[in-house]
Amino acid sequence: MEKIFFRPESLYDVPTHYCPGCGHGIAHRLVAQVIDELSIREKIIGIAPVGCAVVAYDYWNFDCSEAPHGRALAVATAIKRVHPHNIVFTYQGDGDLAAIGTNETIHAANRGENLTIIFINNTVYGMTGGQMAPTTLLGQKTSTSLEGRRKEEHGYPLKISEMLASLPGVYYVERVSLHSPQETLKAKRAIKQAFENQINNLGFSLVEILSPCPTYWGQNPKESLDWIRDVLQKEFPLGRIK
Amino acid sequence: MLKNKILISGNEAIAQGALQAGCSFYAGYPITPQNEIITYMAKHMPACLAGRQACRTGKRQVNGVFIQAESELAAINMVYGGAAAGARSMTSSSSPGISLMQEGISYIAGSQLPAVIVNIMRGGPGLGNIAPAQSDYFQATRGGGHGDYHLIVLAPGSVQEAYELTQTSFDLADKYRVPVMILGDGILGQMMEPVKLSVKKIKVNTLKSWALTGCKGRKPNIVKSFYLREGALEEFNLKLQKSYEQIRKKEVRYEGLFLSDAKVVVVAYGTMARIAKSVIIKLRSQGKKVGLLRPITLWPFPQAPFNVKNKKVKYLVVEMSYGQMLEDVKLAVCGLPARQAGKNQIEFLGRSGGGVPSEEEMINKIKQIL
Repeated sequence: MEKIFFRPESLYDVPTHYCPGCGHGIAHRLVAQVIDELSIREKIIGIAPVGCAVVAYDYWNFDCSEAPHGRALAVATAIKRVHPHNIVFTYQGDGDLAAIGTNETIHAANRGENLTIIFINNTVYGMTGGQMAPTTLLGQKTSTSLEGRRKEEHGYPLKISEMLASLPGVYYVERVSLHSPQETLKAKRAIKQAFENQINNLGFSLVEILSPCPTYWGQNPKESLDWIRDVLQKEFPLGRIK
Repeated sequence: MLKNKILISGNEAIAQGALQAGCSFYAGYPITPQNEIITYMAKHMPACLAGRQACRTGKRQVNGVFIQAESELAAINMVYGGAAAGARSMTSSSSPGISLMQEGISYIAGSQLPAVIVNIMRGGPGLGNIAPAQSDYFQATRGGGHGDYHLIVLAPGSVQEAYELTQTSFDLADKYRVPVMILGDGILGQMMEPVKLSVKKIKVNTLKSWALTGCKGRKPNIVKSFYLREGALEEFNLKLQKSYEQIRKKEVRYEGLFLSDAKVVVVAYGTMARIAKSVIIKLRSQGKKVGLLRPITLWPFPQAPFNVKNKKVKYLVVEMSYGQMLEDVKLAVCGLPARQAGKNQIEFLGRSGGGVPSEEEMINKIKQIL
C-alpha cells in the first residue's frame, strides 16, 4: 500500500514541549513540509526566536541560528547577504517581531531583504506567562491587562502586517490561520509561496499565522480554535494583504 | 612617499587593517569619533574584496558585505549573523553605541562566534561628549554584558599598531572563537600618521565546520547560546573558562621601557602611553630613573611584569578616566607572592570627560613620588 502521509524529513521524530492545543507544533510541521516539498532542506538556514519556539532547532532537521529577542531579522539579513544562495527564514512571535524587534522588522522589510518570515500571532507572550502583547485585542484579559486591554491605557492591537505591506521593499504579505483543517491548508500554501518567492529572488515575504494559545487564553483547545474563527480574525482579517 | 607607506588616521588604519585581514562582513551605525571607519568600509570594502579569494566560507566564495544598520543593536546582531555564517565579521562604534551593543556581544560570546568590535572611546557617562576618553575600560575588560565571559581586548598605541592589531584581532577571534575588542580613543582614531602597509598574504581560517552554510552532506549545525537542561550551562561555562585560561597563558602582550632600573614605572595604555613615553624619554635625559609599562592586551591584563623583586619600585597609573585600569594594577601588585604582595606603592593620575593628563602634570607627579 502506498504511504501518502508521513513525517517530513525536515522534522525530527521527537516530542515537542508545547502545551496541548498550541499552534506552534502545527506551524513547525507546515514549515518542514514546505521545505521538503521544495527540496531545499540542505540549503535552509532558519532563525529561531526567543519565545515559546526558542528551541525550534531541536525539532527541525536543518541548520539553525539563535537570535536575541527581537533581532532575528538583523541576524537573518547578515546570513542571507553572506550566503545569497541559501534559503534563510525567521520564525518569530508577536512580541519578538512586533514589540521588541519592531525596528529590525521594519528596516529589514524596507531594505527589501530577500527573506521569508513566519510570524506567529497568538496575541500574548506565551513563554513568560501570558502577558499582554502588541497584538492583544481590546478587552482581552492577560496577566498584565487584568481588566482587559484598554485603548486609553494600552493603545490598539498593532497590525504590523498591514504596516509592512505599505513599504515598497515588501513583496508579499499574507495572513492565515490554524483554526480549521481548511485554513491550515491555506496556511501551508502561503508558507510555500513565501519560500518560493525567496527562491525566485522576489524579496521580503511574510506570512502571519493566527495561532491558538489555549493556555493563556484560558480556554480549552477547541474553544481556542473557535475564538480565532469568531473573534480574532475579525480584528486580523485573513487573506492576501500584499 | 616611502614605499608602502601611506598617511592615514587611526580609524582608517583600523578599517584598512580589517580589509587586509580578510574581513568580509561589516555592519555599523554612525557615531563620532569613529565615523571614518564606517565610511572607509563603505568606500573600499566591496572593491577590495570583489573578485578576490579574500574570503571563503566553507567552499563558497563571497564578496564583502557592507551594511549600514538601523542601529547599533541591529549592527551587532548583523555581526552575529555574519560570524554565524562563517564570514570574518566586524563592527565599530564609540562608547554610547558600544553600550547598546552589549546584549549582542554577550550572545556572540555565548555562541562562541569569532567577531571583532572596535570601540573608539569618547567621554561619558550618558551622551557625554565627543572628546577622547578611556572610561570604558571596566566595560571592555569585564565582559560588558550579562554572564561570565570575556573579550580579548587590544589597545593600540599608534596608528601603525592600530593597523596591525586589527589584523591580529581577526586571527585571535578565529583561533579561540571569541569576540575581540579593539579599544582606542578619539585621539588615536582621529590622529594621522604614516603607516607601513604589510604585503603578507591573508591567512583566513577556512575550516569553520561549525558555520551555518546549509546542511548538505552533514548533520545540521546549530549556533546558539541557550542551555536549558540541568547542568548544561555550567558545563558550557566551564568550557569557556578553559579557553579563557588558554588565552591568559598565551596571549598577554605588553611593551616595557627602561623597566630594569626604573624606580618609578608609569603604567598607561593607548594614547596615554604615548604621552607617557615622551615624558619618560625627557626625564631619562635628566638622569631620572623612570620606566614605562604599556599593556597592549587589557584583557588578559599583563600581570607578570609586576612581579619584580624590588619592593621600592613605585607605580604611577595614568589614564583618561578616574582609575579603572588602576584596579588591575592593584590586583597585579596584591597578587604577588606573599613577601612582596601589596608592598609596592601605587599612585594615580587621571582625568576624564575630555581632560587629558598633560606632560607637565605627569612630570610633576613623577617628581613628587621619585
